[in-house]
Amino acid sequence: MSNPNPNAPARTLLDKIWDNHAVRAETADAPGTLYVDLHLIHEVTTPQAFTELRQRGLTVRCPERVLATLDHSTPTRKPDAQGRHVYATPEAAEQVGTLESNCAEFGIELHGWDSAQRGIVHVIGPELGATQPGMTIVCGDSHTSTHGAFGALAFGIGTTEVGHVLATQCLLQRKPKSFSVQVDGRLRPGVSAKDLALHIIGTIGFNGGTGHALEFRGSAIEALDMEQRMTLCNMSIEAGARAGMIAPDQTTFDYLQGRERAPQGEAWRKAVSQWRTLRSDPGALFDRQVVIDAADVGVTVSYGTHPGMVAGIQSNIPAAADFQEQKALQYMQLQAGQPLLGTKVDVVFIGSCTNSRLSDLRAAAAVLRGRQVAGHVRMLVVPGSVPVQKAAEAEGLHVVFQQAGAQWREPGCSMCIAMNGDKAEPGELVVSTSNRNFEGRQGQGARTMLASPAVAAACAIAGCVADPADYISHREQAA
Amino acid sequence: MNPITLIRSRTMVLPFENVDTDRIIPARFLTTTERKGLGRFAFHDWRFNQDGSANAGFPLNKPEAQGCGILVAGRNFACGSSREHAPWALLDYGIRAVLSSEIADIFRNNALKNGLLALVIGAEEHAFLLGHPGIELAIDLRECSIELPGGSRFSFQMDGFARTCLLQGVDQMGYLLAQRDAIEAFEHSRSAA
Repeated sequence: MSNPNPNAPARTLLDKIWDNHAVRAETADAPGTLYVDLHLIHEVTTPQAFTELRQRGLTVRCPERVLATLDHSTPTRKPDAQGRHVYATPEAAEQVGTLESNCAEFGIELHGWDSAQRGIVHVIGPELGATQPGMTIVCGDSHTSTHGAFGALAFGIGTTEVGHVLATQCLLQRKPKSFSVQVDGRLRPGVSAKDLALHIIGTIGFNGGTGHALEFRGSAIEALDMEQRMTLCNMSIEAGARAGMIAPDQTTFDYLQGRERAPQGEAWRKAVSQWRTLRSDPGALFDRQVVIDAADVGVTVSYGTHPGMVAGIQSNIPAAADFQEQKALQYMQLQAGQPLLGTKVDVVFIGSCTNSRLSDLRAAAAVLRGRQVAGHVRMLVVPGSVPVQKAAEAEGLHVVFQQAGAQWREPGCSMCIAMNGDKAEPGELVVSTSNRNFEGRQGQGARTMLASPAVAAACAIAGCVADPADYISHREQAA
Repeated sequence: MNPITLIRSRTMVLPFENVDTDRIIPARFLTTTERKGLGRFAFHDWRFNQDGSANAGFPLNKPEAQGCGILVAGRNFACGSSREHAPWALLDYGIRAVLSSEIADIFRNNALKNGLLALVIGAEEHAFLLGHPGIELAIDLRECSIELPGGSRFSFQMDGFARTCLLQGVDQMGYLLAQRDAIEAFEHSRSAA
């Protein structure tokens, strides 16, 4: 594309979105004031913000820019015989009720229990077409980086900032530094976006992105579909980066066209022509960059207690580099030098804002079809939203899971954050398609191994860490 | 928020790296709708054994760590989630400052907005403090310096705006609300485009 102003300095995608939203420019003395296009909210990180508004007598400035859902504290079991939702604790029920009443009081659209579009906040934003290129998107949730897959600047904020955005539609922010993560070539058959994300975190370090917004670029990134791009951007925060982004292209536009909140008709054509300008200019300078060869990425899992401790599934557990890694291996009850394959697995979880979309469920079902979950393994499959649940059921995927012996649950965050009662017991090893393997993340004393849906399904069948290649040909997996 | 100029206290040391927000406050305690009273959950699954008894081996449970208001933590402190419950829990537990060589972005923002001094210090000073638990420090926000016992000092860097807000007790919500005209002008210019 020709540059309309050849004298203008080359800008990154981050620069362009930032400049488009600067109500007040940043100075040495003060952060900039950044306008927020879309504010996603859920029950956990908002009650105190609404309390603050009430105490100050403030209103929500732009209720139409706020979208609410229930996901974190919600049960994933079906309601009881009386149709009541069975919460883990009375506090969880109260928290959900608080969001319901706050949304009613302040005029905010809530995808609550009765909505056919309810789901994990980072699944429903894109599904509704609310997530669009060039937007600034925030949410009191660190995995807001997911929405960067659409060429948006999307990042997690705290509850005080949730209050700021509700009241003013703005945030005080300093611009992050830019970090180009270029992935050239083609991912090998059977290698998913989750494997790529874990590989990247292992390469740059799980604090390697601190202070930066990642821009994923290169031919391997362009070849990813939107759900894969969401998985990759979702994991940006696991490298310490608040945001991850991918320039929008035809793949993005094809995904969005016709969705409920996407522009229609003439507005659509106008939007697409503007969205096409949202890419880093040739020659734009990044503060940091790394180049990765897609051919070097294999099927990857985590073996420690942070997402940077990763290894190829066929490899032996790496030696601890320091005291911290030694401590991690001890917690994980793993021995350096032992093969990862064959490690006994107790629980398998397929779900979370990282890997709970239709393509993720298809990948897991492709491995599980006609097979059985090992007798000692408990397996939960939790779709990311009601639309994902319905689409999967229309294809019969739920039957594949149920016949294999897995539990097919209602949508929600579930065992990713383990605050709704879905959790593992102390000492249990969970192979999980979620995003964090911190100590106790999935239940006090529980051990987590992060993996792709195909790997998780293979582990469920084998009852131990297993390579999906043993169950499915790469050609089938790619199909 | 009350202005903060000087914090004088002894240090307690958490020598682990990459202490994540799930360690600071496990997710199962996030179902509250309040900011208050979260100190009892701070580092819960380290402070307490699974049977509810105190874990005597945990550094913060040692007698000498009691009453210390400054936490010296290993590198990359508070990585992970955006939960503001993490600084709320630490403040309610009695911690007024966290010092580390690296602190995760979202936590640092959240902490400073709540009057918890999350300060990044140099690697050398960090190593010294990790090795000397229990010493009394005086953190002077006006001078951006930390005084050690005996009077020697070292400086730290922090965002000038965050520092001014802490020193003057600036209400950031009020600061943003005062920009209403600029926000309206921005909205109009966009809708006209």
